[in-house]
Amino acid sequence: MEKDDSVFQIGVGINTPWFVGQTMNGLLDRFSEERMIDTPVSENGVMGIAVGAAATGSRPIVTFPRMDFMHYAMDQLVNHAAFFNYTLGGNLPIPLTIRAMINRGGEQASQHSQALQSVFMHIPGLKVVMPSDPYDAKGMLLAAIEDNNPVLFIDDRWLYAEEEEVPADYFTSPLEGAKRLEEGKDVSLVASSYMVKEAKEAYAELKKKNISVELIDLRSISPLDTETIALSVRKTGRLVIVDGGWKTGGISAEIAAVISADCHSDLKKPVIRLGLPDLPAPAAKTLESVYYPNSSTVISAVQHMI
Amino acid sequence: MEEKLSITALNILETMLRIRIFEQELAEITPNKEFNCPVHLYVGQEAIASSVCENLTDQDYVFSTHRSHGHYIAKGGNLNRLMAEIFCRETGCSGGHGGSMHITDKSVGFIASSAIVAGTIPVAVGAALTAKRADNSQISVAFFGDGATDEGVFWESINIAALYELPILFVCENNLFSTHLPVSKRQANQDIGEKVSTFGYKVIKADGNDALEVYSKAKTAIEGIRRTHKPAFLEAMTFRWLAHVGPTEDLDIGYRRKKDVEYWRGRCPIKLINNQLIDTNKKNKDRIQEIEKKIKVEVADSIEFARTSALPSADRISHGLYN
Repeated sequence: MEKDDSVFQIGVGINTPWFVGQTMNGLLDRFSEERMIDTPVSENGVMGIAVGAAATGSRPIVTFPRMDFMHYAMDQLVNHAAFFNYTLGGNLPIPLTIRAMINRGGEQASQHSQALQSVFMHIPGLKVVMPSDPYDAKGMLLAAIEDNNPVLFIDDRWLYAEEEEVPADYFTSPLEGAKRLEEGKDVSLVASSYMVKEAKEAYAELKKKNISVELIDLRSISPLDTETIALSVRKTGRLVIVDGGWKTGGISAEIAAVISADCHSDLKKPVIRLGLPDLPAPAAKTLESVYYPNSSTVISAVQHMI
Repeated sequence: MEEKLSITALNILETMLRIRIFEQELAEITPNKEFNCPVHLYVGQEAIASSVCENLTDQDYVFSTHRSHGHYIAKGGNLNRLMAEIFCRETGCSGGHGGSMHITDKSVGFIASSAIVAGTIPVAVGAALTAKRADNSQISVAFFGDGATDEGVFWESINIAALYELPILFVCENNLFSTHLPVSKRQANQDIGEKVSTFGYKVIKADGNDALEVYSKAKTAIEGIRRTHKPAFLEAMTFRWLAHVGPTEDLDIGYRRKKDVEYWRGRCPIKLINNQLIDTNKKNKDRIQEIEKKIKVEVADSIEFARTSALPSADRISHGLYN
């Protein structure tokens, strides 16, 4: 925002710390209400305003403190933000960042828990990224703002306590491409966002049991870097995919389909997919504990495969 | 009519004739099936786009709907590129990716039209936000029909534009029907202007078939927006002569009566301003005939341009998905 005056932020609750998990602290004082616009509760209207501002030379960041409320904004996000440039023959770029927070757990139930990355990866014209560490959280957010397309940047509040040394200066990290976090030979394990944290724990446990896991952080959901996954599967012959969203029709289904086609003769075992059961999130903590996959779920799946 | 207004009136009539002749020629060739793209024609409503846009510059932003040809032409959009887009040709303003409902010409400030009812209304508010941040006298104009005011996002946009004092003119072309359903079967309170006024708007109501009335009311409203940066709302009553979509009159599907269509054809906006100009000065008759002749050539050329342009080649399939 310091670097480029055309950047401004807009969204329901962005100047309210408990809405946005303290991530906007100090910005209102630095940039004033003119560039930190905390709006009426009008998600579709606000998304449309961001689209119109982007179409006319601004670089807005529109934030949804809870991803669940994005359903209201689907028309402007899909029909307008994502489709405009293609439908108008490449004549109307929409340099727009949409920041969506996954805020779940704590018995918040179905409408305060959703992780909708798979819904949005289905939409052509949208880039969808999900950082798993502080470095990418900063670098990919800045890259999204610089990008001349609508970029949906999804951050999971279960990652907000993560710590890592990050350069204080301005830098970007690429919006495309998966990252191999650990090299291994027995099983390829693919995860994104918060599930990378659980997968790292699984990796460490499995290492103690002499199971060598190759861990891949997807980083970008759309475009999806299936080439990096395929390279790994050609080596290991085994693939476990873990996603923080619903299983049916989701990221894991897409990856499994691509890998089944591209690495058919390399696969020693059927692909295993882990994700949420096809149910809205329950409230009771006893139900939450079986609803969300975690490192133990991952460990069991990998051991089952070996 | 004063001399100065007479020149403006001739300009407005020229725009109206350009729209009318373009749309009528298009209606004429639509059954040939040279293109399949659905067309939503603006015949009968020409006074509104022409008179509002007479008050705008290329720097002002205009947004439109599925019935967008008139707004594009009134804003100064290129006829060849419009006709070619309707024919889905590579030379069209959207390269054949959009068709009739998705047109753009940023060089004259016509930013976008959308097939989603009320879809461009918040987008136009966003353009007004850009204009406000630029702190110049630019304004944004959203054209839409009465059907768009059924949508929730219309009310969100009306509220936010007033709340943030954004330089935007909302132009509701109330043609009494949303596709097939009259406003009386859609809205509990059918006075759209009255409802909008409760948000603090200066609401202007106009006879949408009286070009000079629309012009002078829009002029006052737009000057006010440029001066104060506050939004305004213009509701213009009108009627579409032709079907919701395509070149027929939709008399066969029972939602409107022949006598109503006849009544509104009798209130032709072009005939009205034409007579006003000739009453002012008999010489205008020849001038208008000259204009009409010139436009017929322009429109014939645009059809020829579209016909002789290539359809997009298969390798254009991904063009413009990302930048």
